[in-house]
Amino acid sequence: MFQVLFERFVKGKVLAVQEFTDLLINSVRHAFTRPRYLVDTLVQMDVIGFGSLAIVLLTGFFTGGVLALQTYRTLSTFGEVGLLGQVVALSMVRELGPVLTALMVAGRNSSGIASEIGSMLVSEQIDAMRALGTDPLRKLVTPRLYATLVTLPLLTILADFCGMLGGAVVSTSTAHLSSAEYWTLAYQALQFEDCFQGLTKPFFFAIIVALVGCYFGLHTTGGTEGVGRSTTRAVVVACVLILVVDFFYTKFLIATGFF
Amino acid sequence: MTLPEAEPPPRARDRSEGQTAVVELRHVSLAFEEKQVLNDVSFRVGAGETLVLLGVTGSGKSVLLKLILGLLKPDAGQVLVGGQDLAPLSESQLYPIRQRMGIVFQEGALFDSLSVYENVAYRLREEGLKDEARIERQVREVLRFVEMEHALEKMPAELSGGMRRRVSIARAIVNEPAIMLYDSPTAGLDPVTAHTINILIAKLRDVQNVSSLVVTQRLADAYALAHFTYSAEQQGLVAVASDGGLGRRVPTHFLVLRDGTAYFSGSTDELTSTPDPYLRKFLA
Repeated sequence: MFQVLFERFVKGKVLAVQEFTDLLINSVRHAFTRPRYLVDTLVQMDVIGFGSLAIVLLTGFFTGGVLALQTYRTLSTFGEVGLLGQVVALSMVRELGPVLTALMVAGRNSSGIASEIGSMLVSEQIDAMRALGTDPLRKLVTPRLYATLVTLPLLTILADFCGMLGGAVVSTSTAHLSSAEYWTLAYQALQFEDCFQGLTKPFFFAIIVALVGCYFGLHTTGGTEGVGRSTTRAVVVACVLILVVDFFYTKFLIATGFF
Repeated sequence: MTLPEAEPPPRARDRSEGQTAVVELRHVSLAFEEKQVLNDVSFRVGAGETLVLLGVTGSGKSVLLKLILGLLKPDAGQVLVGGQDLAPLSESQLYPIRQRMGIVFQEGALFDSLSVYENVAYRLREEGLKDEARIERQVREVLRFVEMEHALEKMPAELSGGMRRRVSIARAIVNEPAIMLYDSPTAGLDPVTAHTINILIAKLRDVQNVSSLVVTQRLADAYALAHFTYSAEQQGLVAVASDGGLGRRVPTHFLVLRDGTAYFSGSTDELTSTPDPYLRKFLA
């Protein structure tokens, strides 16, 4: 009995990986063949990108601010308060900016995508789409993937800047650093490797945010109750995957001696 | 209450042997995981004919429609549309075949984010039609056919159940399909609205000679389709017997599904005169 359950569990997970990979390959491939749904992609950029702007900016600003506050106490012990700009800039650009932006966007959009597609599935709109001659992957998944791939790196850049701005506010008001001192050190601290790392991560995270939402939406079962379940699972899985991928990608960059 | 033991179906046989079938199922079986949904189901629908699929909930009626559209693939057997087997075809190869069919889903399945106009125009745009004037003309024409032209700019959420069903019919017929599939088109509707939907189904069948498969649990609707024909003069249904002017019979047949098997296949008279206890109970 246990063996049967274990076998079914493992097969289910392997199948999920296979289906997710299939979803990724097909949605990427569809961008290079007709028909393309450019209007849908622009609409999704507005929904996912512009729609997430406020929460991303606020998250970035206050994360940078609290990072400066916490670090200030430690640095002041060693008389190195001047390094605040450097610490905030490196932390935001390398890790906190990309990861927190992705987590916020996942919380808002993976759930939204899963619930929207899940609702369409249970109300037979996906079947109707296929019956009317449309490939749902091409119409629903590809626009969401490319919209997230374009907007998430841009949101990350804005979050990074807002984080440094938050750090600047705390540094000048609490640590009494001059604005010029803070920004000069922050700017000088950032190397190409830091920016490369911080700007390549969002592409991986974008794939997770968009496709995890689409995957759970397309695998919704059990009516409206199932939509709720898919939504919750999409957010949880997307957030965990973002953190796991972040760890392994960072480890990969370190192992390859990139930085 | 227990159902009587399943006996050999009283009249589960293929009809119209030798005629060209627009839709044909040959020994189709399908299971979802361990649940057998369809078991060795065969039937044919000829040009201009109507097949009414009857059966209790979960008997596999809606699944049959999805098989005919190629939305599902059978585990065994063949699904032929216009003589072409759908099983070996890829999704992209199925699109031209689906263009010859229209489907009305149980709840309409209108796209929530699109207006009535955009819902109906959807298929035309997907087929690559760019001429906006022509799209509008066709959309207005089919919406007038279902008497919904006034709701052109409304969103699906603003429509009643009956209106959604009518818009769904308009969306399905906008490219003039040869085959129409109706999945419980009158379920959950009041009798008056259900009658309006029946008139539309009969109108399509009798005016445009569209072959139809109608899934229903409402015997009254099934009998209406079998015994009445659309009269353009009266803008409604007239009994076949009194329609001497047209001098034609309504080519309607019945298929009763029981636990995924074709339990009965035959005409209205054969169905109503059957002594089979299950069917008698079903018809009661």
